[in-house]
Amino acid sequence: MTTSPIHRAAQSTPDGVARKIRGLSDRAIAWIFVAPTIFLLLAVNIFPLIWTIRLSFTNFRVNRPNNDVEWVGLRNYKRILSDPDIWNTMQATAHFLLWTIALQVLIGFFLAFLINKKFKGNDLWTTIIVFPMMLSPAVVGNFWTFLYQPQIGLFNYVVAFFTGADPASFSMIGDVHLAPWAIIIADTWMWTPFVMLICLAGLRSIPDSIYEAAECDRASKWRQFWTITIPMALPFLMLAVLFRGIENFKMFDLVVQLTGGGPGNTTTLTSIDLKREAFEKWRTGYSSAYAVILFVTVFGLASIYVKALNKVKER
Amino acid sequence: MKPKMMTSVAVGAILASGLATAAAAEDLTLCWAAWDPANALVELSKDFEAQSGHNMSFEFVPWPSFADRMLNELNSGGQLCDLMIGDSQWIGGGAENGHYIKLNDFFDANGISMDDFIPATVTGYSEWPKGTPNYYALPAFGDVVGWSYRRDWFERPELQAEFMDTYGYALDVPASLDQLKDIATFFQGREIDGTTVYGVSLYTERGSEGITMGATNALYNFGFEYENPAQPYDLEGFVNSPGAVAGLEYYKELYDVGAPPGSSNWYMGENIDAYRSGQVAMSMGFAFVWPGVHADTNVGGDKSGYFANPPGPAGQFAQLGGQGISVVSYSENQEAALEYIQWFAQPKVQARWWEMGGYSALNAVVDDPSFVGSQPYAQAFLDSMAIVKDFWAEPAYADLLIAAQERLHGFAIAGEGSAQDALDGLVRDWTEVFEDEGKL
Repeated sequence: MTTSPIHRAAQSTPDGVARKIRGLSDRAIAWIFVAPTIFLLLAVNIFPLIWTIRLSFTNFRVNRPNNDVEWVGLRNYKRILSDPDIWNTMQATAHFLLWTIALQVLIGFFLAFLINKKFKGNDLWTTIIVFPMMLSPAVVGNFWTFLYQPQIGLFNYVVAFFTGADPASFSMIGDVHLAPWAIIIADTWMWTPFVMLICLAGLRSIPDSIYEAAECDRASKWRQFWTITIPMALPFLMLAVLFRGIENFKMFDLVVQLTGGGPGNTTTLTSIDLKREAFEKWRTGYSSAYAVILFVTVFGLASIYVKALNKVKER
Repeated sequence: MKPKMMTSVAVGAILASGLATAAAAEDLTLCWAAWDPANALVELSKDFEAQSGHNMSFEFVPWPSFADRMLNELNSGGQLCDLMIGDSQWIGGGAENGHYIKLNDFFDANGISMDDFIPATVTGYSEWPKGTPNYYALPAFGDVVGWSYRRDWFERPELQAEFMDTYGYALDVPASLDQLKDIATFFQGREIDGTTVYGVSLYTERGSEGITMGATNALYNFGFEYENPAQPYDLEGFVNSPGAVAGLEYYKELYDVGAPPGSSNWYMGENIDAYRSGQVAMSMGFAFVWPGVHADTNVGGDKSGYFANPPGPAGQFAQLGGQGISVVSYSENQEAALEYIQWFAQPKVQARWWEMGGYSALNAVVDDPSFVGSQPYAQAFLDSMAIVKDFWAEPAYADLLIAAQERLHGFAIAGEGSAQDALDGLVRDWTEVFEDEGKL
């Protein structure tokens, strides 16, 4: 007689329950299993999204529970899209996104390429390199605030050592031209290891036999890099870009800790601006419209990007 | 039933039941910012616990997140706090949104008179609408922006001689904002005892309220007004008057010529750290820091002095800080919370509050002949409290504050545009807020 775990579980099922289940189709049973997940998704993701969209057409303010809530149509959307300050935060976000992604992909891939070589202490170096991404962004922000201190900060002293400038003569987080770079450098320091790990996975997935075949064909190392390594690691690189793009579009804690969005509005990213509208000004309807616009932007860009990624993978 | 009516009924019921005979021990939670005075209040409140039998708990939140955390609590109708020592600017929202209970009947029933408190603190912390006898808080902690300075540096003969040669007057407590800028310039980058020091630490913080609490000390004294005194919410020509523009330009110049490098996002903590570590000759700060400065081993005692914000061309004013203590309308322990306020309002408790480092706003304490000599900063506190002005306390104060933060920081620290542009922009922002509020 068969005594597999499945049969034992079936035998221990009460008869009444067993009869009911026997009467159900496979599809119905599948629905029973996925229903809790779907319910949770609806409750935690879909319902708030629909509710946010609804609020975005009103003048609701959560701190004025006694006020009448009026339907304002597209007014919130019009105000947001015609507000030059919001376009400035969009520009600041785009600048931050483009540079962090570019630097992290370049440095991350370079590090992965080095780590992928077999050498003594490989594991130790990998651990040291990934250390920054294990820290909390708030801690990293605080830590870099000290590094950027003009009088005592190590960063200023390193720059001064190489350039001969007075360390106290420039302030990374206080200067309107340098502050955007201050947040880019800190984010790159923190998240390059993440990109490196993804790239490393890509590089290690390339079979050695392909390189051996290329060696037989007398392909140079440079040629192997451009015709084997890059194309085969490209889906992983694109995945890293997607992850970092989505994450950095939402960047908040590190920048708040470092610059508070300043000087002026120089480093006010959209997430910081949105938080101010929603939870400092309490303009719930307005900030809901803002959130919807950002959601559509990220979702739209990510969808286009995922399609491109799938095409690359199919090649 | 409307919340205001419910609150009145609740207060009435509490009064009818007789506060003095309340016997049941309650667990009361008092919410405030996490700072030195809060620690003093914990000690002070032990007497209340012993007398009343109630147990006190405290929820203290650091200043940068204090407003976020506590306004969330109030807006969500949370019952964490029975007593709230909320910022002065919250009083309008606290009253209009029904977060705080109205205390007039309670004050009348218990012989607490607002005439017994420093008038500016009553207006700033308790009244809504301003200038009307509707009280939602008891003045709890008087505070105002003033200045600490390194008296030991100011008194050095070689520095005095050099200053006299350069500026033609004695190096002393500045008699005007212009003199303050001269002194800041004089000390900027100077070597003192082998260390490079700077002129002045200023409030420049961008994220919460820092630069507004700092820059207003220059704006007021050059002629800035929040609105037309004859027509509420009429901003044009008052917020962006020529005097206001000159005031903002002054603050930027003071920052440029006298502030330490890297001080572009400094508020209370950073300012006082810079002063206590001997980096700056003068430090802008709320008066609450003075007891800590006086006790400091590095810069305390005779090494430091204190003065009120110096006058400018349009007069002498200083930014009001401080808070009142309110009973949260969502509390289930309102009776015990009112007992606490009744206890806290007593002159002997207020006197002890001052002794422990809390700035009492009770006239009986500050008018006492011994008050001025009781601490080296007492006179500066009194001088400062006599010249206070406060930021908007409207229910929409947060919108107004965020706009001010953006505009003032954008010009004074980031150097974007001109002072006129910044204040014209502020008029537009504030006008939009008041239009949204239905007040324009």
